[in-house]
Amino acid sequence: MFDILATRQLSDSVFEMTVAAPAVARKAAAGQFFILRVGERGERVPFTFSDWSADEGWIRFIFMRVGATTHKLTHLAAGDQLADVVGPLGVPSHTGGLGRAVVVGGGVGAAVAYPVARAMCAAGDEVTVILGARNAALLILEDEFRALPLKSLVVMTDDGSAGEKGLVTHPLKEMCAEGEVDHAMAIGPAIMMKFCAATTKEFGVPTVVSLNPIMVDGTGMCGACRVTVGGETKFGCVDGPDFDGHLVDFEELMSRQRIYVEDEREADVEYSKGCSCHL
Amino acid sequence: MLARKGEAVAIGRLERFLGDLDLSCELAKRCQPEIQPTSGKRVAVVGSGPSGLACAGELAMLGHEVTVFESLHVPGGVLVYGIPEFRLPKDLVAAEIEMLVEMGVHIVTDVVIGATYTIDELMTEEGFDAVFVGSGAGLPVFMGIPGENLNGVYSANEFLTRVNLMRAYEFPRSDTPVWRGRKVAVVGGGNVAMDSARTALRLGAEEVFLVYRRTANEMPARKEEVHHAEQEGVEFKMLCSPVEVRGRDGFVTGLVATRMELGEPDASGRRAPVCVLDSDFEIECDTVIIAVGTRANPLLAKAAPDLELSRRGYIVTGEDGATSMSGVYAGGDIVTGAATVILAMGAGKTAARSIDAWVRRER
Ligand SMILES: Cc1cc2nc3c(=O)[nH]c(=O)nc-3n(C[C@H](O)[C@H](O)[C@H](O)COP(=O)(O)OP(=O)(O)OC[C@H]3O[C@@H](n4cnc5c(N)ncnc54)[C@H](O)[C@@H]3O)c2cc1C
Ligand code: FES
Repeated sequence: MFDILATRQLSDSVFEMTVAAPAVARKAAAGQFFILRVGERGERVPFTFSDWSADEGWIRFIFMRVGATTHKLTHLAAGDQLADVVGPLGVPSHTGGLGRAVVVGGGVGAAVAYPVARAMCAAGDEVTVILGARNAALLILEDEFRALPLKSLVVMTDDGSAGEKGLVTHPLKEMCAEGEVDHAMAIGPAIMMKFCAATTKEFGVPTVVSLNPIMVDGTGMCGACRVTVGGETKFGCVDGPDFDGHLVDFEELMSRQRIYVEDEREADVEYSKGCSCHL
Repeated sequence: MLARKGEAVAIGRLERFLGDLDLSCELAKRCQPEIQPTSGKRVAVVGSGPSGLACAGELAMLGHEVTVFESLHVPGGVLVYGIPEFRLPKDLVAAEIEMLVEMGVHIVTDVVIGATYTIDELMTEEGFDAVFVGSGAGLPVFMGIPGENLNGVYSANEFLTRVNLMRAYEFPRSDTPVWRGRKVAVVGGGNVAMDSARTALRLGAEEVFLVYRRTANEMPARKEEVHHAEQEGVEFKMLCSPVEVRGRDGFVTGLVATRMELGEPDASGRRAPVCVLDSDFEIECDTVIIAVGTRANPLLAKAAPDLELSRRGYIVTGEDGATSMSGVYAGGDIVTGAATVILAMGAGKTAARSIDAWVRRER
């Protein structure tokens, strides 16, 4: 069992959780993920680290309440426990020697973008961050990003309630057109990563995306996480989660992410029956 | 036999599941083996499949302090995530593990060696005198045919893990779903294929086809398993080789196969299947389960550059289980490639005796 040290609500549906997991924290690196189970009958769900402390022995992640598992997570608080935490899994994000890098974080993807941008800064890359959200309420970690030694931070919202109104691809395209980008990284919903990759491709800017396929074991044993990259099948959990965005088959990824939508709805309805919260 | 001194009693009953012995009678006979005086040596066992459990049991009896590291949340390896309940009751595996715990073996789940700790770290920072690697041949092989990533195509590992380990059959009371096909095509002819086909039937499939390139005579599955599958209504489609998975809106609608005929015997002595020209046909189905084999998982070895591997990525060992790394031993499927429970347990026990000699001599 793993002790929950703290929880924080970042918006209506977005939450942060900090969990004691010293062995995992000791090895964690930007871009890596871990797998948790909420309880005895829980499913194995991957979350990418949003932060960790090797010294203090904790890991942190941010999640949006979308189904039964994340719903259950919202009901846990400091003093509660998670049944399982295993990791760190996946290959760390590439940092250092990237030159002028742009990191795009969309929605809860900002949580993953944060340690990646931080690691790039630490490795000497010149980092610009583009943060995107549907509206101001869903914008997360802005203060944390501002505290990093970034070249600049651009905030975009769909409705203009914070930063500029528009999609993250707008500033990305401008920067590429100005010839200001040597390396791009996009982390967020599959559809956003797809459009970011399409944007940079025009300008021949190498672009890495952090994929979030459905997983079971997270160690290469099942193949649930397979994605097609450059016509080849890769396992997201061990070959990724970072891949060349210009080679990823996003249509397939999005289709595979939808396989259990009906089941997930059923599970959430079932769980919500016995739940008095109105999330 | 269980009480005989010097026998690796704790894993004795696991060997028997192959022999159809009555479980309750077996459990009634449980008894703790005699344990030798403590040696003061600590051994790490990587993986809690039959090889790791057998090794841990033997080492504990020889007086060593043993910690088993398992990457999944439940120990047992293929015995719990692969082989279905109807063939190997999970209570029996749990009882074996309970016995090991009573003997003083520490079982630590949720630790991936190669990620959470490397083998080197086990030997240095974590203070183990020796390591046994029994990590299995866990990486599923796909066929490389078009449509293989459609929704409804599973590796046998994923399908069986969802059902056995994650209890998808209880969904939504358990949180893990599984795509419940009405018409399921299972590809392969081994025990894993039979288990997948029979599990699909139990999940409520109306029709389950077993698609195999050769004939029932060449199937590597044990004869009883083939019989069980046939009796339960699995429809055998022999001499068929899948060439494409078809789908609509991202989901499987059929499996296209080519008819084969048996030609000349190949290197293994089995008559090799050859394609019949223009014989493609489609099997209508909404689920395809691929059970055509596994490979070595590279995760652990990637973090251990000094560990000698075969060309195909399996760990190279001597007869005694010793690897190229001093103090590191290995056995089971990660050495032999996918084999059997008995061979894996045998390898675990052999390595345990070598480790015993090594730690007493070198450490
Ligand atoms: C569906 C199915 C049916 C089978 N039926 C039969 C049968 O009827 N008879 C028979 O004799 N054999 C059968 N087999 C084969 C048999 O199960 C295997 O040969 C045997 O389990 C191999 O044992 P092992 O200990 O080498 O590995 P495994 O049982 O594969 O166990 C390895 C364990 O190590 C863990 N692990 C892997 N990597 C790491 C890591 N890096 N760190 C920590 N832990 C790790 C895994 O999670 C796993 O728990 C079957 C196999 C399957 C899949
Ligand atoms: S999640 Fe099972 S292989 Fe990647």
